[in-house]
Amino acid sequence: MKIGVFVCHCGSNIEATVDTAAVAAAAREFPGVVFATDTMYTCSEPGQDEIVDAIKEHNLGGVVVASCTPRMHEQTFRRTVERAGLNKYLFEMANIREHVSWIGKDREANTNKSVDLVRMATEKLLRNRALHPKKFTINKRVLIIGGGVAGIQAALDCADGGLEVVMVEKTSTIGGKMAKLDKTFPTVDCSSCILGPRMVDVAQHPNITLYAYSEIEEIKGYVGNFEIKVKKKATYVDWKNCTGCGICMEKCPSKKATDTFNEEIGKTTAINIPFPQAIPKKAKIDPAFCTMLKKGKCGICAKVCPSGCIDYEMKDEFITEKVGAIVTATGFDLFDWTVYGEYGGGRYPDVITSLQYERMLSASGPTGGHIKRPSDGKEPKNVVFIQCVGSRDKSVGRPYCTGFCCMYTAKQAILTKDHLPQSQSYVFYMDIRATGKLYDEFTRRAMEEYDTNYIRGRVSMIYPKGDKLLVRGADTLMGTQVEVDADLVVLAVGAESSAGASELAEKLRISYDSYGFYMEGHPKLKPVETNTAGVYLAGACQGPKDIPSSVGQGSAAAAKVLGLFSKDQLESDPQVSIVDIKRCIGCGKCIQTCPFGAIKEIDFRGMVKADVIETICQGCGICTSTCPQGAVQLQHATDNQILSEVNALCQF
Amino acid sequence: MNTSLNYAYYPGCSSTGTSIEYDMSSRAVCAALDIKLNDVPDWSCCGSTPAHTVDHSLSSALSARNLNQVASIGMDSCITPCPSCLANLKTATHRMEDEAFRNKVNKLLDKPADTRVSTKSVLQILVEDYGIENIRKKVVRPLKGLVVGAYYGCILNRPAELMQFDDSEHPMAMDNIMEALGATVVPFPLKVECCGASFGIPRKDVVMRLSGKLLDTAHAIGAKALVTACPLCQMNLDMRQNQINHANGSHHNIPIFYFTQLLGLALGLTEKEMGMNKLCVSPRTLLDAMANEETIKEKAA
Ligand SMILES: Cc1cc2nc3c(=O)[nH]c(=O)nc-3n(C[C@H](O)[C@H](O)[C@H](O)COP(=O)(O)OP(=O)(O)OC[C@H]3O[C@@H](n4cnc5c(N)ncnc54)[C@H](O)[C@@H]3O)c2cc1C
Ligand code: SF4
Ligand code: SF4
Repeated sequence: MKIGVFVCHCGSNIEATVDTAAVAAAAREFPGVVFATDTMYTCSEPGQDEIVDAIKEHNLGGVVVASCTPRMHEQTFRRTVERAGLNKYLFEMANIREHVSWIGKDREANTNKSVDLVRMATEKLLRNRALHPKKFTINKRVLIIGGGVAGIQAALDCADGGLEVVMVEKTSTIGGKMAKLDKTFPTVDCSSCILGPRMVDVAQHPNITLYAYSEIEEIKGYVGNFEIKVKKKATYVDWKNCTGCGICMEKCPSKKATDTFNEEIGKTTAINIPFPQAIPKKAKIDPAFCTMLKKGKCGICAKVCPSGCIDYEMKDEFITEKVGAIVTATGFDLFDWTVYGEYGGGRYPDVITSLQYERMLSASGPTGGHIKRPSDGKEPKNVVFIQCVGSRDKSVGRPYCTGFCCMYTAKQAILTKDHLPQSQSYVFYMDIRATGKLYDEFTRRAMEEYDTNYIRGRVSMIYPKGDKLLVRGADTLMGTQVEVDADLVVLAVGAESSAGASELAEKLRISYDSYGFYMEGHPKLKPVETNTAGVYLAGACQGPKDIPSSVGQGSAAAAKVLGLFSKDQLESDPQVSIVDIKRCIGCGKCIQTCPFGAIKEIDFRGMVKADVIETICQGCGICTSTCPQGAVQLQHATDNQILSEVNALCQF
Repeated sequence: MNTSLNYAYYPGCSSTGTSIEYDMSSRAVCAALDIKLNDVPDWSCCGSTPAHTVDHSLSSALSARNLNQVASIGMDSCITPCPSCLANLKTATHRMEDEAFRNKVNKLLDKPADTRVSTKSVLQILVEDYGIENIRKKVVRPLKGLVVGAYYGCILNRPAELMQFDDSEHPMAMDNIMEALGATVVPFPLKVECCGASFGIPRKDVVMRLSGKLLDTAHAIGAKALVTACPLCQMNLDMRQNQINHANGSHHNIPIFYFTQLLGLALGLTEKEMGMNKLCVSPRTLLDAMANEETIKEKAA
C-alpha cells in the first residue's frame, strides 16, 4: 500500500510545540510511505484538496493525518479520502494535539512523540482492509421521554413534520415545571395561557400517542430500530372511560394526600386530577392515601363515578413500542434546600421555595392567587428572597449556576408588588445573571420601578422572632450586617438533575456528568445529540435552562430526528465483530462477556459456533479480548492491527 | 449498656475557678454513670485565646504537651468539659497532620508530640458513647415543670469538619438530654450564636449587645432557664446578667445552668454536689418550684 502522511499545524495549536516539518520528514522513511508533508489547516478546504490531489498524483492507497482528536474530524477526513475514490477505512488519524502539543511544552520531546504516533498509525494502516457498511431500514416513529415544555415542543414539531410520536410522561399530566408557574419572565405573560394550548395540541394531535403516568422499563435495539418497554403504572381508574368530571375528588373522604403538583402547599384527595387544565384530564388514585386500597374499606369513588371507571384491582401494565429515534426531555428537579441549617433546615413554615411561591401566586393554585403565610394565612408585608440556594455553593456539592433563578426572583418580586402594593421585597443576591434578550432590563425594572431592595450578600441565619422571621445577612457593598424582619422568606432553590436521571441514562446508554445532567455530543457543535446514535436531548435534562432555551432545544432535537428520518435506510457501522467460524471452538465465553447481548450461539453442521448479530454489536471489542482462540475479531481494531501499533511503538 | 467507659480527663483552667461547678458536676455525673475519669497528670493551660492569637505553633505546643501527658498514662482518648479547650486540642491535632508544622511544634516540646490521642467533649461522649436512652433509664428525679432552652454557643460544634459532632447549625444534643431528663424544652432559635466571648474584657459593649440578645430571646420564647456547655458562655450570661440588664434596661432573671448540673440533679445527686450555690443568678425559685411539683405528685400517688 502506498501511504501519504499529512501533519497539521492547526494554526499554532500544534506547530508551536511540535516541529511538524520534522515529523513529516521522519514519516517519509516509514515503510509504505511515499508522500509526507506538513500543512497549515488540514481540515480546511485547501487542506482537504491537498489530500485529494496527493491521492491522485501519487496513486495513494491509504492516508494518515496527524492532527487533532478523531472525535471531531475523523468523519471529515474519511469523507475526503472517499471523495478521492478510496474506501474510507483506508484512513488513520494520529492525535498530536490533545495527546501531544496541548499537554507538553518540550518541543523536542513533543516532536519525537508525534513521530511515534505517526509510525503507529502507518503500521496500522498497512493492515487496514476496505470495509463496507450494510444498509437497513428504519422505523420512522419517535419516542419522547418527558412531557415538559421541551418534550412538548419536540413532540409537536415531529408530529407536524409527519412523524408518529410516542410520548412517555412520568406524572399523570404533561406540562412539567412550566405548568406550575404563574407568569413567565421577561414578558410576565401567563404561563398556562401560552402552555395550555400546546398541551391540548399534544392530546389532540392524530400523530401523537401519550402515555402519562408511565415510565420507561427497558430499551433494546439501536438507531432506527429501538424496542421500548413502557410501564403504565396502575391508576386504578379506567382512563378510556374517565371523563375528568372530578366528582370522585369532591366525594373522596381521604383529604390528606400529598399534593405534588402544588408543591405541597395544601393537600389533595387520594383520588385526584392534579389541576383543572391537566392533560390528560384523568383521575388517578394515590395508593398511599386510599383507604380502600390500604384497608379494604370505603369505595366511595366507585359508587359516585358516573362512568363506572374505578378499578381497585388494576395492576401495572407493560406495553412495547417500536421507534427509530428517542428524544430525552426529562427536565430537572429542585435541590433539597433543607441541608441549609442556617435557613432553618425546614423547621419554619414561612420559609418556602420559589416553586411553592409560584403555586401561591397562581390564580388556579391552592390559595387562589393570594399570597398567604403558610403558618397563619396572613398577608405578608416584608418578603425576603434569597438567591443561589443550592447553586454556586461547593460546600453542598453544587458549584454550578442554575442560570434562571436571578430572573424568576426578579419576576416574583415584581408580582409580589402587583399582588400586595403595600409590601416591600428584599433580594439577597451574589451577582445578577441576566444575560438573555431583554433580561437585564427586566431585573432593573424590579429594582427601579418596583422598588425592590436588592442586597448583595449572603444570608447567615434565619430565626423566628415573635411571629416574624429575622433574616440576618451581610451587605457586602455597604460592608455591614443587615437584619430584615421578614413575614415570608422565599428561597430561589437551584436546579439539579431529575430524580432517576442516571438510571434512565443507563437504559439509554448515554453519558451523564457528575451531577446527573446528560452529556451532549459536543459542547458547542452537537448540543442536542448524544454519543449514542439516534438518542437526542432537549431542555433542562442536559443542564439547567430557562423556557426559551428549552423550547429551542426541543425544536432542534425535532429537526435532528426529521433529518435522520429523511432517509429510508441507514448504513450500519461496519466496525463490528466477526467470528471466524473455522477458529471458533464454541466455548461461548464471548456470549457471556458481551455487554449488549450481541453474540448468539448457532449450529454449524452439527457444531456449536458463535455468531455476532451485526446490528446489535456496538464495537466495544470485549469479545475480541475474551476469545481464547482469537476467533472473534473486531473489524478495524483486530488483534493484528493493535499489535502492529504496539510493535511500532516498542521497537527500540 | 457499655460499662467500660474510661477516659483521660482534662479539666481546663476555668474549672479551677470561674467554672468550678462545671467541673464538680461533670465529675459527679460521670461517677454516677460509672464512667471512669483519669486525671491527666500535671496538666497545663491549653493556651486559650491568647496563645493562638499570637502564635499558632506555641498554641499547638501547649495542647500537644497535654496530649503527651494523656499518652503518658497509657490513654488515647481524652475528654474535656470546655469547648474552648477542646477546640484548641483538636486544632493542634489537625494542624500537626502537616509535617512541617509538626516539626515546628516538636522544636518547642521536650519530647515529640504523640498525635494518636483523640479528644471529645464530655457532652459528646455522654450522647454518643453512653447514649441518651441509657441516661433516660437512670433518671430518678425528673425535671418536671422546668421550661428550659439549650444554648450551645458558637464553637462547640464549629467548624463542623474539625469538631465532628452534632449539627453545626442546629445542634440537638443538649435539647435531647434535657428532654430525656423530663424537662420541657423550648426550641432556642439562637443556639449557635456568639455570646461575645472574651470581648467581655476589651469591649464589654459587645457582650452586652450579643448576650443581651440571647437573654431577650430566651425570655421571648418563655424559657425559664438556659443550659450551656461552655464556661465562657455561662459566665457572660450568668455573671454579667446584671450588667446586661443595666446596659440594656432589661429585667432578666434567668438562671444559666451547665447541662451537667441539671443532669446530676435528675440522677439524684444533691444541689451541693452540683455546685448550685456557685451560680450568680439564683436558681432557688426554679428549683423549689420543681421540688414542689414532685411533692405534689408524690402526694397524689
Ligand atoms: C420557581 C421557578 C420559576 C421559573 N420561572 C421561569 C420563567 O418565568 N421563565 C422561564 O423561561 N423559565 C422559568 N423557569 C425555568 C423553567 O421551569 C424551565 O426552563 C423548564 O421547566 C424546563 O423545561 P423541561 O421540559 O426541560 O423540564 P421540566 O419542566 O422539568 O419537564 C420535564 C418533564 O419530564 C418528566 N420526567 C422526568 N423524568 C422522567 C422519566 N424518567 N420518565 C418520564 N418522564 C419524566 C417530568 O415529570 C416533567 O413533566 C422557572 C423555574 C422555577 C423553578
Ligand atoms: S441564576 Fe442567579 S440566583 Fe441562580 S444560581 Fe445563578 S447567580 Fe445564583
Ligand atoms: S469466545 Fe471465541 S471461541 Fe468462544 S464462542 Fe466466542 S468466538 Fe467462539
